[in-house]
Amino acid sequence: MQSFIHSKRAEHLSLADFPEHSADSPLSVHSLTVAYDRKPVLWDAEYEAPDRQLIAIVGPNGAGKSTLIKACLGLIPIASGSVEVYGQPARRQRRLIGYVPQRGSVDWDFPVSALDVVAMGLYGKIGWCRPVSRKHRRAAVESLDQVGMAHFADRQISQLSGGQQQRVFLARALAQDARLYFMDEPFAGVDAATERAIVEVLRQLKQDGRTVIVVHHDLQTVPEYFDHVMLLNMRVLAAGPVDEVFTNENLRRTYGGRLALLDEAATALAQGS
Amino acid sequence: MMLTVQDFLQIDFPAMLAALFATVSCGLLGNFLVLRRQSLMGDAISHAVLPGIVLGFLLAGSRATWPIFLGALGAAIVAAILIELVRRFGRVEPGTAMGVVFSIMFAGGLVLMEQAAAHSVDLDAECVLYGQLEDILWLEATGWGSLIDPVALAGMPREVGTLAVITAITVAGVALFYKELKITSFDPALATTLGIPATVFHFGLMLMVGAVAVAAFEAVGSILVIAMFICPAAAARMLTDRLVLQLWLSVLLAAIAAIGGYLVAAFGPFLVGGEHSLAASGMIAVMTGILMGLSVLFAPRYGVVSRKLRERRGEAGLETADLA
Amino acid sequence: MTSLVSTEIEWPSLSEILGVLTLQSGFNTTVVMIGVTLLGIAAGVIGTFAVLRKRALMGDALSHASLPGIATAFLVAVALGVQGRSLSVLLLGATISGILGVLVVHFVSRHTRLPEDAAIGAVLSVFFGAGFVLLSIIQYLGTGDQGGISKFIYGQTAAMSVSDAAIIGLVAIIVTGATAGLFKEFRLVCFDPDFAETQSWPVAAIDLMIMALVVVVTVIGLQAVGLILIVALVIIPAAAARFWSERLWVMTLLAAVIGGASGYLGAAASALFPSFPAGGVIVLVAGFFFMVSLLFAPARGVVAAGLRHLMLRVEIGSQHVLRALYEAEETGRVGAGGDIAISELGEARRWSAAWFQFLLRWLSGRSQIERRAERIALTEFGRHEAYRVTRNHRLWEQFLITYADLAPSHVDRSADYVEHVLSPEMVAELERELAEAGTLPRPAAMPASAHPIAAGKVAEGRAS
Repeated sequence: MQSFIHSKRAEHLSLADFPEHSADSPLSVHSLTVAYDRKPVLWDAEYEAPDRQLIAIVGPNGAGKSTLIKACLGLIPIASGSVEVYGQPARRQRRLIGYVPQRGSVDWDFPVSALDVVAMGLYGKIGWCRPVSRKHRRAAVESLDQVGMAHFADRQISQLSGGQQQRVFLARALAQDARLYFMDEPFAGVDAATERAIVEVLRQLKQDGRTVIVVHHDLQTVPEYFDHVMLLNMRVLAAGPVDEVFTNENLRRTYGGRLALLDEAATALAQGS
Repeated sequence: MMLTVQDFLQIDFPAMLAALFATVSCGLLGNFLVLRRQSLMGDAISHAVLPGIVLGFLLAGSRATWPIFLGALGAAIVAAILIELVRRFGRVEPGTAMGVVFSIMFAGGLVLMEQAAAHSVDLDAECVLYGQLEDILWLEATGWGSLIDPVALAGMPREVGTLAVITAITVAGVALFYKELKITSFDPALATTLGIPATVFHFGLMLMVGAVAVAAFEAVGSILVIAMFICPAAAARMLTDRLVLQLWLSVLLAAIAAIGGYLVAAFGPFLVGGEHSLAASGMIAVMTGILMGLSVLFAPRYGVVSRKLRERRGEAGLETADLA
Repeated sequence: MTSLVSTEIEWPSLSEILGVLTLQSGFNTTVVMIGVTLLGIAAGVIGTFAVLRKRALMGDALSHASLPGIATAFLVAVALGVQGRSLSVLLLGATISGILGVLVVHFVSRHTRLPEDAAIGAVLSVFFGAGFVLLSIIQYLGTGDQGGISKFIYGQTAAMSVSDAAIIGLVAIIVTGATAGLFKEFRLVCFDPDFAETQSWPVAAIDLMIMALVVVVTVIGLQAVGLILIVALVIIPAAAARFWSERLWVMTLLAAVIGGASGYLGAAASALFPSFPAGGVIVLVAGFFFMVSLLFAPARGVVAAGLRHLMLRVEIGSQHVLRALYEAEETGRVGAGGDIAISELGEARRWSAAWFQFLLRWLSGRSQIERRAERIALTEFGRHEAYRVTRNHRLWEQFLITYADLAPSHVDRSADYVEHVLSPEMVAELERELAEAGTLPRPAAMPASAHPIAAGKVAEGRAS
């Protein structure tokens, strides 16, 4: 079994040129395999994320994008392999990691206000049993303000529009003050204003020296929004700077015969360059 | 203790027959409850029929079958509708909605029963909770010949008759609407677009569940009936992926539990030197649970132990064939 | 059950009722009422989190699963010569088998393909069946104490002693204390367990803590409310409280109040009618609170929601009337006094006659329009409102055209639905965007209509 994995990996390494493992790398994933029940969803994934960059994970539906993120966060058990964050096992570095979940996974009817949700990003700092103080509330409002949502602090979350809800969760991630962020489809189903706000926040985060890894579904905007890209379809097919890796050839390998998507990407590339 | 044919036919045979009909009809319907993730509707409805039973009893003034049956059926419908209303208009999560509605209705039934008890001691809470399997007697039976003697058969206890009719209706209903039940369970939205009204089938199923629960309650009681709804179906679900096979398996397992449970309760203690038989309805529930436990652990493909063993053999932690 | 052979109900006198309610009806009754009230408070508090964590019916499995434990504890106690009636022994048994039941549910739903609800139902009834089998053994053993156990099934508040009430008090303090201390953690785990996990909170341990508190409350409540209905005391106050507030701490507090009040009133009723099963009475009181909340709570109640919906319809309808009037003025289809025939206006929108008449009455009641026999006109105040409404409508139309490349002829219909819910900040945003796009020359101006106004509509109206 072990030797089998190694031989597979050797084959992979030729696909993309991975930098050497380093303690500075925000995220290094080693021969990561994840299976639901007995069906593998992620097979022998190999990845080394560059520091202080905006990174997109793209791939077709069912390619294991969310799975990869959840495995990195330790939300689902991994069958084999390792995930390291800044040179340490991910589990020990959780305070350095921020997470914006997919919108569908949230119970919107829960009795919490936007401010309550954002304050949850501070719970780690507040610690056990201590209540949320006024100072923390102020910090949460600041985070809300960064995404243009300070006016809605008191609203129950189901009374916000889809884009506003997404921004609240973004604000929670900001409040966490993490070094490495994972965002699961933050652009899915949001309005234009929210999309702009999210991009703005992403750039701000990068400027502040943070690394952001985003599951992204819109190939057209990849070159515009991101520096690096990882192409995923059960395995990491290619990863690196957008202008090197986001090629027609690589996309074809990732998406197989879905030509419509490839055409979209081709026009995006033409516009981008 | 010497078991004579007459004793067996008078005491054990009708009880076993009642138990068999009750578990088989419950087990069959239970398949759809489990598949629709509405197992607890069986729970909710079997609790919620109590006020209907008591009301039927109060209005009729006796334990006649039909008023009680109709009362219970009415209560089942009211419960199903109330749960739906509370869920939809109160924006309450389904589990909570069920819990609220059935516990209030059950509480109402308990208090009403106090009134019933004031009129007569014929109806009591114990028989509602546990059933009275032991009281189902066929006094006309004199020997094996009675089984083909119309006069003796006419003296069969009415519970057995009711259950036989209900079982026949359940089997016929499932056979007739198999296709519709299957599609409305799998994908209600698709069913509706195909012109099969999912809501009608939802309430139809709940109506059948109510009817079966009521018919069975006299024999096995309102709480134990839940085991008969869920366990055989859940056990069958562990054993197969094909719905038709699952239905047959659940019926088979239900029958084994009914007969096995009854035999253990009635004769088990005497084998180990005891002097009294155990509560048969409880034992049947335990038996369905044991069967379910066995298939949860040892089902060839999906059982927990079998899966662990396979993994240990290293045969297939992963289905690598998919990757080719 | 012995209580079922009682005779007709005897109604208590007013002074008896008052005596019970003011805790002046003897020491025993007072103890029971305090005990059950505290139980209700504890159940309401922890029930809030059980309900929000969607674990409501787990409590049901737990309480039913306690029966075999109670019976086994009784049998063991009898075999060892300990007095079987000893409450602590029985409750220990209840706790052990209740927890075992929860673990089985957890195991089955986690490690097999069976859904959690099937696991809950199976455990609940199979354990209860096992308990019933054990009860039949106890009955034949002839220790004559089966009645001591059946009180756990329906509940019997009268059996509560001072030490029982003290234990309940202690549990109430533990539950409220733990909830107050871990409020933030409970909220986090109930709302977003995945996020909590990524923040390295021990989600499983916090979950277990909530479940443990539910176990404690359930077991301690078995004697008073009975194992079939104790789950109601956990679920109903919390579910009722949810209708009143969108804030978790308010909801928790309200659940405690509703739970406490149900316990208090229920215990009072069962003191006055000793033959009624206490559990049933307490749950009916809680059910009453639930119904009142479901119907009349201002935040999420059904009546309030219905009223809000009606108000929205009235508002949308009257805005339509105002805009129709404004556009009639704009296109000069009004008479010398600025008025227009009601029939002409009404036909244009195809409103039902009754609804249209209602809207007109509504608008003139708010002095936005003026009725002159068969004609109506905008008042000065109404014209202001009509201007605002029309402007929002056109802004929205412009926005749709500018940004969605919609054919102007298709705009009016969809614009109708959204314009009414435009918030001031949205209007400001629209103005900014349209000014940027150059379709709104002056910020405060009325944009031109995107389609030939009303003419078509009125023509249509006249033709019909």
